[in-house]
Amino acid sequence: MKLATKDLLRLATVGSVDDGKSTLIGRLLVDTRQLFDDQLDAVAAASEKRGVGDLDLSFVTDGLRAEREQGITIDVAYRYASTPTRKFIIADCPGHVQYTRNMATGASTADLALVVLNVAHGLKEQTRRHLCIAALLGVRSIIVAVNKMDEVHWSESAYVSVVDELTTLAHELGFESVTPIPVSALLGENVVERSAHLEWYDGPTVLQALEGSDAGRWTHANSGARLPIQWVLRQHGGGRTYAGMLNGATLHEGDEVTLLPANVVTTISSITSGTGPRGAATAGLSIDVALTDETDAGRGDVLATAPLPTVTKEFEATVCWFGEQPLRATQRLRLKHTTKVTPVRLRDLSGVVDIETLTVGPGSELATNDIGLVTLQTADWLVVDDYRDNRVTGSFVLIDDVTNATVAAGMVGRAAFLSR
Amino acid sequence: MTDHLDLLESHAIFILREVVAECERPVLLFSGGKDSAVLLHLAAKAFAPQSLPFPVMHIDTGQNFDEVLDFRDRAVARHGARLLVASVQESIDQGKVADPGPLGPRNRLQTVTLLDAITKHGFDAAFGGARRDEDKARAKERILSFRDAFGQWDPRQQRPELWQLYQGKVNPGEHLRAFPLSDWTELDIWQYIAREDMELPSIYFAHERDVILRDGMYLAVGPFVEPRPSETVERRVVRYRTVGDANLTGAVLSTAATLSAIVDEISLANVSERGATRGDDKFSETAMEDRKREGYF
Repeated sequence: MKLATKDLLRLATVGSVDDGKSTLIGRLLVDTRQLFDDQLDAVAAASEKRGVGDLDLSFVTDGLRAEREQGITIDVAYRYASTPTRKFIIADCPGHVQYTRNMATGASTADLALVVLNVAHGLKEQTRRHLCIAALLGVRSIIVAVNKMDEVHWSESAYVSVVDELTTLAHELGFESVTPIPVSALLGENVVERSAHLEWYDGPTVLQALEGSDAGRWTHANSGARLPIQWVLRQHGGGRTYAGMLNGATLHEGDEVTLLPANVVTTISSITSGTGPRGAATAGLSIDVALTDETDAGRGDVLATAPLPTVTKEFEATVCWFGEQPLRATQRLRLKHTTKVTPVRLRDLSGVVDIETLTVGPGSELATNDIGLVTLQTADWLVVDDYRDNRVTGSFVLIDDVTNATVAAGMVGRAAFLSR
Repeated sequence: MTDHLDLLESHAIFILREVVAECERPVLLFSGGKDSAVLLHLAAKAFAPQSLPFPVMHIDTGQNFDEVLDFRDRAVARHGARLLVASVQESIDQGKVADPGPLGPRNRLQTVTLLDAITKHGFDAAFGGARRDEDKARAKERILSFRDAFGQWDPRQQRPELWQLYQGKVNPGEHLRAFPLSDWTELDIWQYIAREDMELPSIYFAHERDVILRDGMYLAVGPFVEPRPSETVERRVVRYRTVGDANLTGAVLSTAATLSAIVDEISLANVSERGATRGDDKFSETAMEDRKREGYF
């Protein structure tokens, strides 16, 4: 059966608590008619029950009992929207500093960040923190909804002053595409419907900006092809194929690849995906490949094309620490990187990022939600790229060996804005 | 050109392989509904040409549609899977849950049967076909969702889940639920079923059936639904959008008899699948969250 194909864009909301992220997403979904009648009725009933007016749009995504009681977002809600050409996966993230780990969860796979801020309050520390984390996580495109324009009587000067401040920060953080838009999420102005109050603004609405965004997929990379091996499949008749999700450059049948860390050169003899054999595969596809010669490869190994990644047991990285206790050098940790899990130890904490100044200062410990520059030493060889070149082979998580909790998000290397 | 279905399929296959690699004893929960049918189809693809590296488990409430049980057995046989059946009736007979009577709802009782079966077999991961677009509590759940030693979900303390670094380690007694279809919508599921030309239970397609209208839902008259004196039995052309217990799942009036007609119908639907058809979600505002906290699917 022939179906219309759609492009997929993943976006995450970013910004401080109470600036209106959930309300904006609720507005976007309601005004594009993505909600079913019964879901809308349920939001209306919940709004009435809690005495918050006819329709509290934040209840579209704030679905947990505690969230509705407290009027805040605790964890990421994933919502889906579709236009004739695009499917959107929306991660509506919490704004509280206490739930930064959940914001990072939502932003780690975002192609684009939808920043929401309150025009009357400007850039709060939490907005700066979120923008900093989004930049570190490799988001390159942001749409900035300057919200609550109705509360400043649609003032152009109030808007311009916030946008100036934001543009300066966005430039320092290295965002490549910044689209500011004056909106009122509450009243639905410039979200889907064009505002009648903003005659001085002739740019896109939020929906137009989302539909027109040319943000690349988060799996897009500047590296060669990378296939971290997940699983070895035994074929009928005795051969083996190596399965995993491809990232980086396109991989073709006949490509010369290097098996790492063993450093064995071989050739791809065939590629199969969910739809069958194919001559080439692009990033984001789960494939299995056959090699031209008998090679001893297994889970945790990587097949790569040039330019080749680095094979290392000690490297510099940027980490966002989510542990409830500060990171200590003696803590027993594991590291998961692509399909490899290895014991790891902290060799050095070389600095802690100051969110206000975006400078790296000395620090003796990394507390909850701190961002630090560290040197890590692993028990096993890792096959890594710099995170700025590849968000898959450049990322890792740290896991507490006792509780199995994920306690840090890590990125190999350091962002340009931390290199001054 | 890779489209959204290729990417969703690839992501699901990646999750299936990752959980199997990281966990000791996974199991795939299979109800015979469309989502678990897609899940089983994807699992077969993920490990082909080898057989499935885990068993398939049906939590049997004893209140099934016959067509669904027939499909279950055919699907399991086609994929050469090993089927385990955990019975809610047994939990009732053992006195672990209160007996709601022969026609009473058993939906919530399944949680006890499910958790007991997970403990009995020592499973540390259970794949489920739940999707985030189904319900506002599910919209909040991780792809790998941690359950404590009592099987509980704590939505305030979910593990961070960054990039696609799914980590599956749990301590003895704890387990994970894994949801490879998290990012699929109902329409994606139907488009994929159509693209793959998959078989489904016949009740998903339009057919004639004796129904009664109860609490705004068309329920099929049969062994688990007896018409009350005030109710009139009607012969209508209906199909099912979801498959749950026969006494809690409503049919929708529809003439869509083919996959392409269903895709068209879903594209234009203005009521959600659970809103249209599921009595189990209508108990309260947080019916799904409350059940999930206890260990429900």
